Amino acid sequence: MSLGRLVERLPFSPTITAATAVRVLHQISRDKGSTALLLGIPCMLMVLLKLMFHDSESSFERIGPQVFGIFPVIVMYLVASMSTLRERTTGTAERLLTMPVRRLDIVLGYSFAFAFLALLQAVISTLLCVGPLGLDIEGPAYLLMVIAMLGALLGLALGLLVSAFARNEFQAVQFLPAGVLPQFLVCGLFVPRDEMQGALSAVAKVMPMTYAVEAAGEAAAHPGVTGVFVRDALLILVCVILVLVASAATLKR
Amino acid sequence: MRKRSGVVHLSESIPAPLQGDLPAVSAYGLQVVRGSHTVLSGVTFVVPRGCIVGLLGPSGCGKTTLLRSVVGVQQATSGHVQVLGHPAGAAQLSTRVGYVTQAPSVYADLTVLENLRYFAAALGMRGWRREDAVVRVVKEVDLTGYADQLVSRLSGGQYSRVSLAVALLNKPDLLVMDEPTVGLDPMVRRELWVVFQRLAEEGTTLLVSSHVMDEADRCDRLLLMRAGRLLASAPRSTVLERTGCTGTEEAFMHLVEAAEAAEARQRQQAAAQALLPDLAGLYGLHEQGGEADAERAAFSTADTRL
Repeated sequence: MSLGRLVERLPFSPTITAATAVRVLHQISRDKGSTALLLGIPCMLMVLLKLMFHDSESSFERIGPQVFGIFPVIVMYLVASMSTLRERTTGTAERLLTMPVRRLDIVLGYSFAFAFLALLQAVISTLLCVGPLGLDIEGPAYLLMVIAMLGALLGLALGLLVSAFARNEFQAVQFLPAGVLPQFLVCGLFVPRDEMQGALSAVAKVMPMTYAVEAAGEAAAHPGVTGVFVRDALLILVCVILVLVASAATLKR
Repeated sequence: MRKRSGVVHLSESIPAPLQGDLPAVSAYGLQVVRGSHTVLSGVTFVVPRGCIVGLLGPSGCGKTTLLRSVVGVQQATSGHVQVLGHPAGAAQLSTRVGYVTQAPSVYADLTVLENLRYFAAALGMRGWRREDAVVRVVKEVDLTGYADQLVSRLSGGQYSRVSLAVALLNKPDLLVMDEPTVGLDPMVRRELWVVFQRLAEEGTTLLVSSHVMDEADRCDRLLLMRAGRLLASAPRSTVLERTGCTGTEEAFMHLVEAAEAAEARQRQQAAAQALLPDLAGLYGLHEQGGEADAERAAFSTADTRL
C-alpha cells in the first residue's frame, strides 16, 4: 500500500523504465557487430598501449590506469548519442511521449541498459589488464573497474545530452571533438594539471573527466581506497546525475 | 450508400451534446506559428464521436501540424483544442488517444512481438493483460504470420500495419492517423480501410489525414484544408451537396477556386458585397456557430504568402 503510493510519487515509473532498458538491450543484442565493437575496442586500445610502452614499463604503469577513465567515456558517448538520436529521429520518442511515458523513463531506461554494458566492458578490460597485460597498481584491482564504470556513465550521460542538440548523426559525431576531446587534452594525462597555464588548469577543474583520471592516479599510487578517490568518484556521479536530468529536460516534445 | 451517415446527421442535430457524448475533438481558433511562418491559422472544427473523419489537403498545407496539435505534441500559439472533454495532451488522454505518425514509428531492429510488448508496457499494461492486448492487435492488423519477424524485414505495408497495431493496443477512443496509407499498393490500402471501418463500427473515432482525394470517399466527414486554413468541415454528403459536385476531388477544387477567387477579388479591392452571394453558400457548410467567423477570415483575407 505505502510502497504503491511511493512508486506513484516517483518522477519515473519503474516498470516502464525496466521495460525500456530491456528493450534497448534487446536492440543492442540484435546488432552483434556493435556489441563486439563496444566491448572489444577498449581492450584493443589497452593492448595497443601496452605495445606502445613496450620498453618503458613505468610509463604503462602510470598511463594505463588513467586511460581507464578515458576510453569508456568516448566509446559510451558515441553509442549513447547514436541510439538516442535514432530514437528521436524515427519518431518513436514522440510516440512514447504521447503515451503515459515520462521523459525520465526513457532517459533512465537507456542509462540502465548502457550501464549494464559499461559494467561488462569494465570487467572485461580490467581482467585483461591485470591478467595478460600485467598492469600492476598499488590499490586493489576492482578500483580500475569502478573508474571504468564511472567513465562509461559519464560518456553515456554526455551522449544523451548531446543527442538533444544534434539534429543528425553527423552533428552528434562532430560534438565528440568539441565536447570530449578538450577534456581528454586537459585532464592531466599529457601534462600534470598544476603545470598548465593558470586559466587552463581552472578549466580542467570543472571538467568531469579530470576527476576520473585523478581517481585512477590515486588508485595506482596508493594501496586501499583514499579520501581523494571517494571524493572524485562522488563528484563524477553528481555530474552524471546532473547531466542526465538536463538531458531528460531537453528531451523535446 | 453509407450506413453510418444517418448517425452522423443525428449527432449534429443535437445542439448541446450530453456530458457522456462530448465530441471526440473540438478545436477553436487554433493557430500555430513556427518562426515567421504561420502553419495553421484560425482552424475551428468539431469531430463527433464514432465516425471516420478525413483530413484532406495538398502536401504541406498543415495536416500533420493539425494532427500533432490534436494529440498534444504540438503547442498551439493561440486557440484551443479539446479532445474527449480534456485539453489536448492532457495526462488522462495518454491511454485513450492512439497516434500513428506518418513514418511508421516502431523499432525496426526488434520483432513485431517485441515492439508490441514494449509499447504495451509503455502504456502501463502488465502480465496477462499485456499479452492479451498484443495477441488481439496482431490479429486485428492481420500480422499473425509475421509476429516473430524483425520489423526491418517486413514489407512497407506490413511495416505500417505494425505501427497501426501499436496505436490499437489500448483500444483508443480516438485514433489519429497521419497518412497511414501513403505509398501503399491499392490492395493493402483497401485492407487497411476495412480495418478502419471496423474500428469505426466498434465506436472508435478515426481522424485520418491523406492527400489522396479518393480516400475521402471512404470517410463520413471531411476536413478540407489548404495553406493552413480549413476550407470546409462537414459530412461528406453535405460538402458534395453544397458544392454541387459529384466527387470529393471536384468539390475540393471548387472550394479552392472559390477561396482563390475571393482572395484575388480582395486584392483587387473589390467591394465586399460582391463576395456575399458566394460566401452565403459556403457558410452553409459549417454547422458550428463559431466557424463562420473563422471561415470568413479564410475566404476574405488576402493571403500574400500564396
